[in-house]
Amino acid sequence: MSHGNMNLTLKVWKQKNKAERGRFETFDAKGISPDMSFLEMFDVVNEKLISDGKEPIVFDHDCREGICGMCSMYINGRPHGPKEGITTCQLHMRSFKDGDTIVVEPWRSAAFPVIKDLVVDRSSFDRIMSAGGFVSINTGSANDANNILIPKDDADTAFNAAACIGCGACVAACKNSSAMLFVSAKVSQLALLPQGKVERKDRVLNMVKQMDEEGFGSCTNTGACEAECPKSISLENIARMNREYLSATLT
Amino acid sequence: MASSPKLNARVPEGQLAEKWTKYRSTVHLVNPSNKRSLEVIVVGSGLAGASAAASLAEMGYKVKVLYYQDSPRRAHSIAAQGGVNASKNYQNDGDSVYRLFYDTIKGGDYRSREANVHRLAEVSGNIIDQCVAQGVPFAREYGGTLSNRSFGGTQVQRTFYAAGQTGQQLLLGAYSALQRQVGMGAVQLLARHEMMDIVNIDGKCRGIICRDMVTGKLERHFGHAVLLCTGGYGNVFYLSTNAMGCNATAVWKAHRKGAFFGNPCYTQIHPTCIPVSGDHQSKLTLMSESLRNDGRIWVPKKQGETRKATDIPEEERDYYLERRYPAFGNLVPRDVASRAAKERCDAGYGVGSSKMAVYLDFAANTERYGKIEASKKNLHSPSKEEIVRLGKEVIKEKYGNLFDMYKQITGEDPYELPMRIYPAVHYTMGGLWVDYNLMTTVPGLYALGEANFSDHGANRLGASALMQGLADGYFVIPYTVGDYLSEEIRTKSISTDHEAFAKAEAEIQDRINKLMTVKGSKTVDHFHKRLGKIMWDKCGMARNKEGLTSAISEIQKLREDFWKEVRVPGEANEINPELEKAHRVADFLELGELMCKDALNRDESCGGHFREEFQTEEGEALRDDKNFAYVAAWEYKSDGNFELHKEELAYENIKIAARSYK
Amino acid sequence: MSNKSGFLNSSIGKKVLMGLTGLFLITFLVVHCFLNSLIFFNDGGLTFNEGGHIMATNWIIRVFEIVLFLGLILHIVQALRLSLDNRKSRPIGYDQYNGAASSSWYSRSMGLLGTLLLIFLIVHLAHFWVKSRFTGLPGEDANGHENLYAVMKETFNITWVVVLYCLSMISLAYHLLHGFQSAFQTLGLNHKKYTPLIKQVGICFSIIIPLIFAAMPLAMHFGLVK
Repeated sequence: MSHGNMNLTLKVWKQKNKAERGRFETFDAKGISPDMSFLEMFDVVNEKLISDGKEPIVFDHDCREGICGMCSMYINGRPHGPKEGITTCQLHMRSFKDGDTIVVEPWRSAAFPVIKDLVVDRSSFDRIMSAGGFVSINTGSANDANNILIPKDDADTAFNAAACIGCGACVAACKNSSAMLFVSAKVSQLALLPQGKVERKDRVLNMVKQMDEEGFGSCTNTGACEAECPKSISLENIARMNREYLSATLT
Repeated sequence: MASSPKLNARVPEGQLAEKWTKYRSTVHLVNPSNKRSLEVIVVGSGLAGASAAASLAEMGYKVKVLYYQDSPRRAHSIAAQGGVNASKNYQNDGDSVYRLFYDTIKGGDYRSREANVHRLAEVSGNIIDQCVAQGVPFAREYGGTLSNRSFGGTQVQRTFYAAGQTGQQLLLGAYSALQRQVGMGAVQLLARHEMMDIVNIDGKCRGIICRDMVTGKLERHFGHAVLLCTGGYGNVFYLSTNAMGCNATAVWKAHRKGAFFGNPCYTQIHPTCIPVSGDHQSKLTLMSESLRNDGRIWVPKKQGETRKATDIPEEERDYYLERRYPAFGNLVPRDVASRAAKERCDAGYGVGSSKMAVYLDFAANTERYGKIEASKKNLHSPSKEEIVRLGKEVIKEKYGNLFDMYKQITGEDPYELPMRIYPAVHYTMGGLWVDYNLMTTVPGLYALGEANFSDHGANRLGASALMQGLADGYFVIPYTVGDYLSEEIRTKSISTDHEAFAKAEAEIQDRINKLMTVKGSKTVDHFHKRLGKIMWDKCGMARNKEGLTSAISEIQKLREDFWKEVRVPGEANEINPELEKAHRVADFLELGELMCKDALNRDESCGGHFREEFQTEEGEALRDDKNFAYVAAWEYKSDGNFELHKEELAYENIKIAARSYK
Repeated sequence: MSNKSGFLNSSIGKKVLMGLTGLFLITFLVVHCFLNSLIFFNDGGLTFNEGGHIMATNWIIRVFEIVLFLGLILHIVQALRLSLDNRKSRPIGYDQYNGAASSSWYSRSMGLLGTLLLIFLIVHLAHFWVKSRFTGLPGEDANGHENLYAVMKETFNITWVVVLYCLSMISLAYHLLHGFQSAFQTLGLNHKKYTPLIKQVGICFSIIIPLIFAAMPLAMHFGLVK
């Protein structure tokens, strides 16, 4: 079934499982409509592959509206492709030209092992969260919400940090596979709010420790993470985390 | 009408407003040392699942959580945009527990259980307290207090929000509480695991069979109780605002093993979604209901209008919601707004290339905000451009991410042109039937959040899904599950070598083998799309007897074809998305039939269930309280064979009336 | 104590050390640049040699010379450690990597720029520091001070040296362009109001200092400074 009139060539990383070595394979994407999302284009390619008795390309995806953080393709040298401020599922084929060759790779990082084709294991992020990305409050013991007054500016800055979707594009974009943007977003959110200030020292020390143990690299302030982040999480968060870390260590 | 003897709702005695308080003070408890040896399995990690798992682990239970995504933070609650309701009355606009309760019952078209809804309204305030304490960054006023906005079906401002990402922020709050428990060793996470079946032993649910989606291995897990927090089944329609992976397998398998299915035909079609652009489309994107705060919905007064929206003069626009429902205007409940949009489009007034869309226009409010801003900034006699510029800034702050999303998908700039929107499947009010304790008809098996049928009747109000998910997880299940588990303290862990586990696993293995060996010629999506089309055309926004009858036989035929012609490539012992989908679609093919049967049985129109034969002269839903004031709870007998049980809905505190938003 | 060693081995700690030593080296550049600029008095190096004499005979400066070397070595060692660690964090690289889309080339090439600077530094030390400190300088100036100025003139007479110095100053400029503001970011010195200012000062600094340094060999080579 034809949907549109774009024809593309895909060069996609195929890897059977974690243990085996992967390689690139070339696929044709024919009859693509510019209104399709990048993932819908993959759907079309996969439908064809299945019909031809071949194995489809496996990739992570879920909400397809840019919020779950599941999709994770490294497209033509950039996480989530050529456009800024969006995830792969929000990338539309009108951003490409008929006849283009598109190279699609998985996130690359020692802390994100590839488990199949374009699918990586990002559970390292969950472990970092377990190390301190929370406020220790049990259900039922909270005060009335308006007992805590929070300046709008602080609330807004905390919200902007909290907008992180945990997709890992920052790690994928960073030449050092550093996870500092991800970690700093959570550290910042909670350091800015009075609720989080009680545990701020332990939080930053424990989260950074876990981050280092997972095998992420360190930050060299190139700013690639911020530029590629689909939610435009700011580098200021990294500075804030460094500050938090220094003050937690020195005092 | 009396309720079926098989349905005991276990609603506590006493005055409505005192039931929950009394229940909490008299419910059986489990002492801390016994909690440590009681195991609870939570399926799904959305608002209901994550909050339940975290709360139960905090209390001392041993908890396992499984989810099909790679991280609990990705459950589809994350995509909820607009907000969460709570009767805090921070705006001093007359809100109260009773009013939230009343609005919810009325919004649900008098088809929900009073006691459950009242409890929901009672704990709604605690949810906000809990979330704020966790560090959820809700929107705030300059004075530092929490901000509110209004949603459909209410006349007070009780919706708390975090820009257009409220669901995300609430879920991340619950997720952080969950991860804290993981770090403390109280919760074990099973990522990329899909529940395949429940395991019943001696009439009680004692565990589950799940599939490790990475290795393909089937696993057995024992639990003293199992909580299904697996969301709704909107994906039965193929196109919906649900995530691609949302599925009904967990609830459907539970249903086949004894859990009754409540009101399967109640589906919510959300009025403001981005219209379908082509047959390649894999999902629909919602534009938050909060947009209806500031957007006005209209169509041209002329059929087949071809002018650009901005070229159509004011007097040639039909603001049909404001015209038909002056009291609530653009803020009528979702079912009403969706039907009204369909009515206009069917009558030939639709816009856009497909003519299946209406306009959601922000121009008037952009100007209004612009004027307020100008006056705040002491700008005297500002130009129209200046006002519009200032107004756009306000709109951007409130809805920036939604506008960006719209532009990304459609290629049109909503700051300049009105949005084109059309209704889409969004939520399912139906779900597993549960009693007051949220327990299904299988002892030890619970359903929380969207997975149960309990609180929204025939139509859910906006910003109430988040409220219900969190209420169930944080504040209801910790008490009610304890009541059940207090009887289980002598039950030792049952070995997963038990024959019931072996049998359940063998059945699933058998089904996987079957799916892998059909080796037909059609993809899973092919069948899913066909099912979706049948459901949308015949069991969607409007239904009738004829359509439903034919839908049932079409689905039966499609199911047969599926098992003969489906092709699942690859192997079963590896990551295999096609196999996962095939499993889910096979279940949708059974559930779809039940939905149609339920819709056919309900000879009335109520909420999201609109039977064309039952409407007023003005085209409003016509309820039949005499014959249908009941919950339809379906018992699975055999394939395609279900028995109806009725739970009578008695309204003791609300005067049941025709629902009017005029 | 375990906490302290933890700090220095943590990803942030290592970076902080880079930033601190970097800022320290930046202050050295200022002093070095100021002193050498004395050649522009164009008085046959009398003022310059005078300055050199003060520096050479002040024990505080002597001590700081050692500190400076320690700082430099630390900066280099840390850089090596970080580079090696960071390389390990991505065992399989990308086939297509479009770094230019999201970051500047020099921010990604600090290691390369630093290596070039190290090579330059070895040559530079051999030219001047080794001579003044160990092998001795030829003769004295009119004031009876060691005539480092004469060595400069002699050295910058050679064309390849001048070219090397100029190219190295370009490396230095780019190294500073990233390093200056990066150090502040690493130390967490970030503020809505002041960070833009820091960035601008950083840009000016990274252009002006290397420019002045480069002007020295050029001026001498072309006889603008006699």
